[in-house]
Amino acid sequence: MALKIVKGSIDRMFDKNLQDLVRGIRNHKDDEAKYISTCIDEIKQELKQDNIAVKANAVCKLTYLQMLGYDVSWAAFNIVEVMSSSKFTYKRIGYLAASQCFHEGTDVIMLTTNQIRKDLSSPNQYDTGVALTGLSCFVTPDLARDLANDIMTLMSHTKPYIRKKAVLIMYKVFLKYPESLRPAFPRLKEKLEDPDPGVQSAAVNVICELARRNPKNYLSLAPLFFKLMTSSTNNWVLIKIIKLFGALTPLEPRLGKKLIEPLTNLIHSTSAMSLLYECVNTVIAVLISLSSGMPNHSASIQLCVQKLRILIEDSDQNLKYLGLLAMSKILKTHPKSVQSHKDLILQCLDDKDESIRLRALDLLYGMVSKKNLMEIVKKLMLHVDKAEGTTYRDELLTKIIDICSQSNFQYITNFEWYISILVELTRLEGTRHGHLIASQMLDVAIRVKAIRGFAVAQMATLLDNAHLLTGNTQRNGICEVLYAAAWICGEFSEHLEDPMQTLEAMLRPKVATLPGHIQAVYVQNAAKLFATVLRKHDGETESQAAQETSQLLIDRLPLFVQSANLEVQERASCILQLVKYIQKLQQKNVEVAEEVTALFAGELNPVAPKAQKKVPIPEGLDLDAWINEPPSESESEDEKPKAVFAKEEPKHSRSRHTEVDEKELARRREVRKQEQANNPFYIKASPSSQKVYDAPGVEHIPVVQIDLSVPLKVPGMPMSDQYLKLEVERRQKEKAERKKKEKKKKREKRGKERKADSGPESEEDITPAHQVDIVTEEMPENALPSDDDDKDPNDPHKALDIDLDNLLSGFSSRPLADSEKLPVRTHRPEALKSPAEDRDSESVPQETKKKSGKEKKKDKEKDRKRSKEEKKKKKKHKEVEEELLESQPEEAVQSEETKEAAAPPTSTSAEASDLDFWLSSAPVPPAAQEVTAPSSAAAAVDTSSAAAPESEPDEPKDTEPEDTKSSKHKKKKQKKEKEEKEKKKKKRHHHHHQHHSDAGGEDSVQNGTVEEEEPLPPMSNYSLLAENSYIKMMKEDADQVYDIQGNHQDESKVVVSVIFENKSDSFLKSMEFNVLDSLNSKLQRPEGAGAHDSLTVPFQLPPGVSNEARFVFSVQSIIMPQKLKGTLTFIVKSDESSTHEKLDFKLHFTCTSYLITTPCYSDAYAKLLESGDLKGSSLRLEGINMPFHHLLARICFHHHFSVVERIDSCASMYSRSIQGHHVCLLVKTSDQTVSIDAKCDEPSLLGNVLDEIKQTFSKC
Amino acid sequence: MIKAILIFNNHGKPRLIRFYQYFAEDMQQQIIRETFHLVSKRDDNVCNFLEGGSLIGGSDYKLIYRHYATLYFVFCVDSSESELGILDLIQVFVETLDKCFENVCELDLIFHMDKVHYILQEVVMGGMVLETNMNEIVAQVELQNRMEKSEVQVWASI
Repeated sequence: MALKIVKGSIDRMFDKNLQDLVRGIRNHKDDEAKYISTCIDEIKQELKQDNIAVKANAVCKLTYLQMLGYDVSWAAFNIVEVMSSSKFTYKRIGYLAASQCFHEGTDVIMLTTNQIRKDLSSPNQYDTGVALTGLSCFVTPDLARDLANDIMTLMSHTKPYIRKKAVLIMYKVFLKYPESLRPAFPRLKEKLEDPDPGVQSAAVNVICELARRNPKNYLSLAPLFFKLMTSSTNNWVLIKIIKLFGALTPLEPRLGKKLIEPLTNLIHSTSAMSLLYECVNTVIAVLISLSSGMPNHSASIQLCVQKLRILIEDSDQNLKYLGLLAMSKILKTHPKSVQSHKDLILQCLDDKDESIRLRALDLLYGMVSKKNLMEIVKKLMLHVDKAEGTTYRDELLTKIIDICSQSNFQYITNFEWYISILVELTRLEGTRHGHLIASQMLDVAIRVKAIRGFAVAQMATLLDNAHLLTGNTQRNGICEVLYAAAWICGEFSEHLEDPMQTLEAMLRPKVATLPGHIQAVYVQNAAKLFATVLRKHDGETESQAAQETSQLLIDRLPLFVQSANLEVQERASCILQLVKYIQKLQQKNVEVAEEVTALFAGELNPVAPKAQKKVPIPEGLDLDAWINEPPSESESEDEKPKAVFAKEEPKHSRSRHTEVDEKELARRREVRKQEQANNPFYIKASPSSQKVYDAPGVEHIPVVQIDLSVPLKVPGMPMSDQYLKLEVERRQKEKAERKKKEKKKKREKRGKERKADSGPESEEDITPAHQVDIVTEEMPENALPSDDDDKDPNDPHKALDIDLDNLLSGFSSRPLADSEKLPVRTHRPEALKSPAEDRDSESVPQETKKKSGKEKKKDKEKDRKRSKEEKKKKKKHKEVEEELLESQPEEAVQSEETKEAAAPPTSTSAEASDLDFWLSSAPVPPAAQEVTAPSSAAAAVDTSSAAAPESEPDEPKDTEPEDTKSSKHKKKKQKKEKEEKEKKKKKRHHHHHQHHSDAGGEDSVQNGTVEEEEPLPPMSNYSLLAENSYIKMMKEDADQVYDIQGNHQDESKVVVSVIFENKSDSFLKSMEFNVLDSLNSKLQRPEGAGAHDSLTVPFQLPPGVSNEARFVFSVQSIIMPQKLKGTLTFIVKSDESSTHEKLDFKLHFTCTSYLITTPCYSDAYAKLLESGDLKGSSLRLEGINMPFHHLLARICFHHHFSVVERIDSCASMYSRSIQGHHVCLLVKTSDQTVSIDAKCDEPSLLGNVLDEIKQTFSKC
Repeated sequence: MIKAILIFNNHGKPRLIRFYQYFAEDMQQQIIRETFHLVSKRDDNVCNFLEGGSLIGGSDYKLIYRHYATLYFVFCVDSSESELGILDLIQVFVETLDKCFENVCELDLIFHMDKVHYILQEVVMGGMVLETNMNEIVAQVELQNRMEKSEVQVWASI
């Protein structure tokens, strides 16, 4: 019976699965929304049930609803629940839902970290795979930081399925957490040569993505990629690599030379169109990067163009499209070779396919000439009429304007035709490019004087018919042209036939619906027109017309005075007052026309956009110097310069009397004038200033011949077609006398050019009637889109511009500093440490050796200084190298860098010279093989340390210079183990120093307040655990602490890192680590192991090598320090015998080790102290003579505190224990006494911590 | 990088959407509508590349699509992907679907959207191409399905 009930409820629970939902939705076509809302209610009920199967089913349905556009983020927590199911079936559903609807703003993502980590390390590869896939979609910076290390470990997973996913996801991790790039890069590089093609392809994929954004950092991988290119048969990989080379060649032309042969071979041999196409593309990129100097240069271009022609002629539209796309790249550098295929491209303009037409449009740019421009544009105008989508139409519009205006209207023979084209374009509805048309109109009207009369007439018609343009909506971009029209009509109003009518058109009430900036222009230019009207009626006594005009303005302007737009309002009220005044004068029969016209006298000349920059600074003028002393409270008489700076000194103006007096008004007017002066359309060019800014730029101003054989005035609305006809006629006429005319033209042109060249002398010469100079603010033609990308401050790839070169050689020349290591939160005591990790940790060991005495410390200081100097040198060195790309480093630098610090500069230069050598060598494939081989060998040396000593490049005396010439010397394999060992030791020393300084430096920064006072003494948190003749054990103060959330509240886990160093000449193996558990602290052993079983250390130690292992302990109470006895057993294996050895040690858990460095804000800190829950204690230290910031740094470093606030010789510090106890310190110093007042909610913990602090300082 | 993968039918009804960059749900629907609008008016014999999706991407992005019977498969990709390569990839994906569903048709996608997602996950991960070998993809999908089946059996036996 009971079973029946259970079964019934299960059935009910499953009454609607995904299929049923879909079916239901399909059956409720009429009331879908209603049906879905009832479904969502059901889902909400299902989510409340405890049965995970029901929940998973509900989440699965939600995923479907999400696709239909329903927001399901409210179920985010349930999704996390399903994700954490132990069953793969449900887990997969959960991760799918998460990948569909989680994003950076989803707050429950925080809860997933541990679950994902668990899944990543799951023994089931598909659990791991599903977690990786999901994570790739919703990784956040926090997740990336916390999981980077786990994912990195997965990159060396035994299953290729996991490896390839882990490699791919690294790209996402890099994007979110750029700091992980450096530590992860060596392994990523390794994966390029993974035995599994899938993993290899993934690695290529990731590096290509990285290199696409920051190619220069990956240049040194070129040899490796070259090798892959010549060896791989996977088209996907080949395509990616070839694309990558396309990005690299612009940086290194020699690479291009090397590539061109294998690429052309591929072009000839491959049958895969995709590969062929990418090869052609990269060859084009190579050819672009090589400006000249290639013997078979033109042959390659011909080959490319020919192949592309075949593509374009292909019946497959896709190939046609790609052919055109690639052709446009050639066009930029080799226009001539493209022009010969003009017929084909023009043909494509008529293609039925929009994508293809768009691509052909791009190419048109290079196809036009004076002869065919009108015809081509006519064709395009037809397309404009036919075009349906606004996107394509807008594209057409910009293309028309582009090709017409290119190189200063070079191809336009008839500007009336161009104006009428522009006017015709204004009839396009809904285009976004109104401003483009407007700027063209302004450009032409201003710069081509002869056209002004015609332009003004056209613009007047436009204004008259403004209602057609503004018809439907405000956001209609086309109304921008009215801006230009109004300005042209106002500025050149002398050309207007009926200014009164235009004025009337400009003051229609409808105008008030236009955007503010256009209204402002309307108002301003209405005033100009008003002046013109007055002048027209000048002399007529008691002119009725003039007075009517004034009345019109007075009637209409108040509408604008009410405008919400400040600019409009201000201009309107000024002009209104002016007109009222004028009206008064008119009524008294005073002649005003002259004076009103004087308001707008003078001509505005076009200014090149860069003109301002080119204005030479007159001798003796210091732009940074104050013209007047800044704090001028007193009113100075000299108003003019003041006015200039009034804008920049708001403080002073504020301090003045609030009453606005005459002077103030005058100053404001002055400021306004200044602002207007900055507006290009307001520049009142005085002859002298003109001279100044024209002088330097004048050579750039080409002179265009304007043909005026067409009558200037065409009645009515012109059609560009008419001009076309006229043009054809004209040309036929011309044909007859072409020879004669052409000669004349040439002579004329040359004459003009010469005149223009001599421009600086006289102004008249440089502003001839038909001159066209540069005003447009278009981007230069060659500007790559990537230029813009670089500038984007939000580009996530910017953060990935990280120098990887010195990581690329096997030796980490700039070793990964502590701060760069990936945060390790997890712990796998049994897991074998992977080689790369070993390498990382290698920089850490042997700390205690150094700790012995003060003398040593001094040495360290010196070393640090020296290494600083060397760093500088290194920098210089590098620069030099980059400049010259010379392979041989200078000996002088080398000799100074001998011994300890040798590694960094040498391997960078070695790297550079590797690439250099590879690029310069003649025989291609063998060289590539050879160079890559040693580098991988070197990597091998590093990973397995001394396991394969014979493969390491070695020279007896000074190793460094030899290293730099590595490519030559790597062949030499001398087996001198002794020297080798020595060298290694030196190297390790070096790493060691770096580690020290990094650690210290980092702390000082981390804890904020410490300024650059004195360099901090090096500090180490490694302490000797035990040592005998065979092995040395060192323990890191356990700062790798973490507690497992929600497991057992009162049980925490502590990770202890132990470094094992083999001091003997024998091989150490089968190391077993065991600790006698106490009641409070227990070593975590794998499941199934007994309480006294020992743990196997997951590595063996060859002679002289050290490695690090981590062990987890569970701790119950943390208020008392603990000591645990332990034993390490191991087998010493020498050539002839092997013995079993044993080493006892004592593990000391200080209370400090239970503290976690936790930052705390001062307000939170104050609250904490106020709360009264904390009990106090204090400590006095006498005879401390170290700088205060050293003291703080020491407390921070050794005892895991962070500085909350520091004032002079007093600082508050904070830390938190793993069980959440707050520990607050107030540290004060005076003379040699340091007093520490401490508060904590656990008195015994506090007492112990203070004792430990005391001990720390008694040591020094 | 692949920015989005959309599958919709001849009427613009979405059958699978997979964005590799976050868009809110209403934006996603708008993108689907726009993309459908752009793609559906194109003949079958024009090229498979499309520029100018204003909502998704930008100048660097292209829509690459294929039309099979009643379904459109649209990939939105940037310039680091090979155009023809992506076309091949769509083909591989569809062939994989065909193998997994045995003569795939729109109904399979309608009723098994989750399964289609699982298959896609073996082809593209986080916007990057994971696997192009059809046999490998099918093998991985089947192994996972088998695992799911075994779990269901265990559950049923309890």
